[in-house]
Amino acid sequence: MSAPQARTRREFGRPLNFKRGVIELSHGSGGRAMAQLINELFAKYLANPWLEQGNDQACLELPAGRVAMTTDSYVISPLFFPGGDIGSLAVHGTINDIAMSGARPLHLSAGFIIEAGFPLRDLKQIVESMAGAARAAEVAVVTGDTKVVERGKADGVFINTTGIGVIPAGLHLSGDLAQPGDCILINGTIGDHGVAVMSERTELDFEVSVVSDSAALHDLVRVMVAAAPQIRCLRDPTRGGLATTLNEIARQSNVGMVIQEAAIPVLPEVSAVCELLGLDPLYVANEGKLIAVCPPQHAQSLVDAMKDHPLGRKSALIGEVAADPHHFVRMRTAFGGSRVVDWLSSEQLPRIC
Amino acid sequence: MKYIDEFRDGVTASGVAKQMTLEVKPERKYNLMEFCGGHTHAIYRYGVRDLLPDNVNMIHGPGCPVCVLPIGRLDMALHLADRDGVTLCTYGDMLRVPGSKGRSLLKAKAEGADIRMVYSAADALKLAHQLPEQQVVFFAIGFETTTPPTAVAIQTAQARGLENFTVFCNHVLTPSAIANILESPDVRVLGTVPIDGFLGPAHVSVVIGYQPYEFFAREYHKPVVISGFEPLDVMQSILMLIRQLNSGRAEVENQYIRAVSRHGNIKAKRMVAEVFELRRQFEWRGLGVVPYSALRINDRYSQFDAEARFNLNYAPAKEHNGCECGAILRGVLQPMDCKLFATACTPDTPMGSCMVSSEGACAAHYIYGRYQDAAETA
Repeated sequence: MSAPQARTRREFGRPLNFKRGVIELSHGSGGRAMAQLINELFAKYLANPWLEQGNDQACLELPAGRVAMTTDSYVISPLFFPGGDIGSLAVHGTINDIAMSGARPLHLSAGFIIEAGFPLRDLKQIVESMAGAARAAEVAVVTGDTKVVERGKADGVFINTTGIGVIPAGLHLSGDLAQPGDCILINGTIGDHGVAVMSERTELDFEVSVVSDSAALHDLVRVMVAAAPQIRCLRDPTRGGLATTLNEIARQSNVGMVIQEAAIPVLPEVSAVCELLGLDPLYVANEGKLIAVCPPQHAQSLVDAMKDHPLGRKSALIGEVAADPHHFVRMRTAFGGSRVVDWLSSEQLPRIC
Repeated sequence: MKYIDEFRDGVTASGVAKQMTLEVKPERKYNLMEFCGGHTHAIYRYGVRDLLPDNVNMIHGPGCPVCVLPIGRLDMALHLADRDGVTLCTYGDMLRVPGSKGRSLLKAKAEGADIRMVYSAADALKLAHQLPEQQVVFFAIGFETTTPPTAVAIQTAQARGLENFTVFCNHVLTPSAIANILESPDVRVLGTVPIDGFLGPAHVSVVIGYQPYEFFAREYHKPVVISGFEPLDVMQSILMLIRQLNSGRAEVENQYIRAVSRHGNIKAKRMVAEVFELRRQFEWRGLGVVPYSALRINDRYSQFDAEARFNLNYAPAKEHNGCECGAILRGVLQPMDCKLFATACTPDTPMGSCMVSSEGACAAHYIYGRYQDAAETA
């Protein structure tokens, strides 16, 4: 790394000031300032052979098989929250969307839209965190883009990531495959991410110890698919929470669902915050959770395999798929009654991912 | 969660349910009005109806502050929000209620009006400090529960000499609403709404106490049980009403003893009396014009009255054709009796106020109870 560093110094004169410097419009203009930002920040921390080539595109050799592709934009506020930041979130979120197909995620792209005046120190922290998350997940950020907009035209930083992965031969997971009698599983407590983000908002005058569950789930998926290749569908309940995701699968598969409130894992702190703010944890976002639908005879071995993985210790069987032309998701309440768990109407919380 | 889970315990609930089944007289019906949206919400969210005997019929009352605010008052708030230099602070529930021509505060905000969601009157006051150039108006709605905090905000504003803070006051009174329902022809003459007893408000009664309801029990011979908002509170209160009706009693009983006393919060009541006075009349959605049923800011604090500062005038507005919110708020109709319910009117596209707040009867039924209709028509 020492050689490029020396070259950078010569090429751009004074290095970027990561202590007190800020992003300026010139950092997105395509000129020398932009080249310096890419060199001293993005290429340095996200380093991989594709970025080093310095081309406008990454040319990839993919293993044989079906390719899964997804894209997601991250506009979370605040940018830093307990358990993560927009950088790691932008890696985890897109990896998870790929992983829900059963695919092994391989490559990511990253597009940054940055507001002029944004501190370079914060940007460096975000890029470092992004690089750390990608490294841990063994995924490379192979191409990127930087745009700078005038002050007041964005909220700090927005990030878009696109990802691709390859699906193992013979595996076919899809949201339209759930069948009456199937079991519904989740890999842990719900609502952690939404509550952690909310607790950082300045208008809330109380402190919460909840940490976001933001995590890359592809390794858990690998273990699950190995234990029960008969899994019909996987989905990560992000925005809109568990309730929204179950409704999506029910509609796609033309079925209903019945879940058991008492079986759904929720941290006491999350319940407490939701209680105070009049929220329902079923609708609060997650960034490290997945829902699995699988035939009943494989449910137990699947839960056992999930519990053996660090990201699935609190896995639970939370309900069943039922025949229902209305596609209602119903919940047996811990109180002993029954109710609909409907689609979320309007937003519960703004900008949590 | 301590002091929460205990009141949502399924085992205790099934015990109370068994007791109810033992005690109800099969030959009669028990028509009970839950006054508050908080009760309605608890009944649906926890599935309380599934635990009640078949001959116990719950009727939703008008106790949802968002639901009873007439369109004309919301139009006044919209008019205020449209003015240059005004920042309107509102509780989140009000944001989506459609005013005249379907325009809501949320739409006005999207069009550029400065509208902020706040959790309390104190938040609005804080904002007035932070935005000295703006006229900050707090859109105050609610029953006796939210009135004392509004009074505190007004008194604090006066003590600090804040000149850019006003309150658009829409606070209404529970006892007047109950009297109006009991006096309505539907209940008194026609008998189209059979009401045998009331689940009385929880949080309102923390402030005003249970003494104000004694008149209804005596005068109209209807039992009232002040009930907490947790599902076990509701179950226990229903059992207490069943027992009163079985023994021919019509008394005020207090189930919510952990928070409600006979005279309520005397300090809060004194504060409210210091800042507010009765309006001669006020229009309620559903109930129409009800005499002496709402509060306005009195002369001593008139400098904090948004209606005075901005010369706001009330003009009644027309309800949407076919919207049955009025009849639903009086207990005459159930949500599914409205032909707009779940067709044109849903929580995503609310036509009437009962579909907006999760405490509204229509929204609660749509969000939590709709599968019951499907089962009935199947």
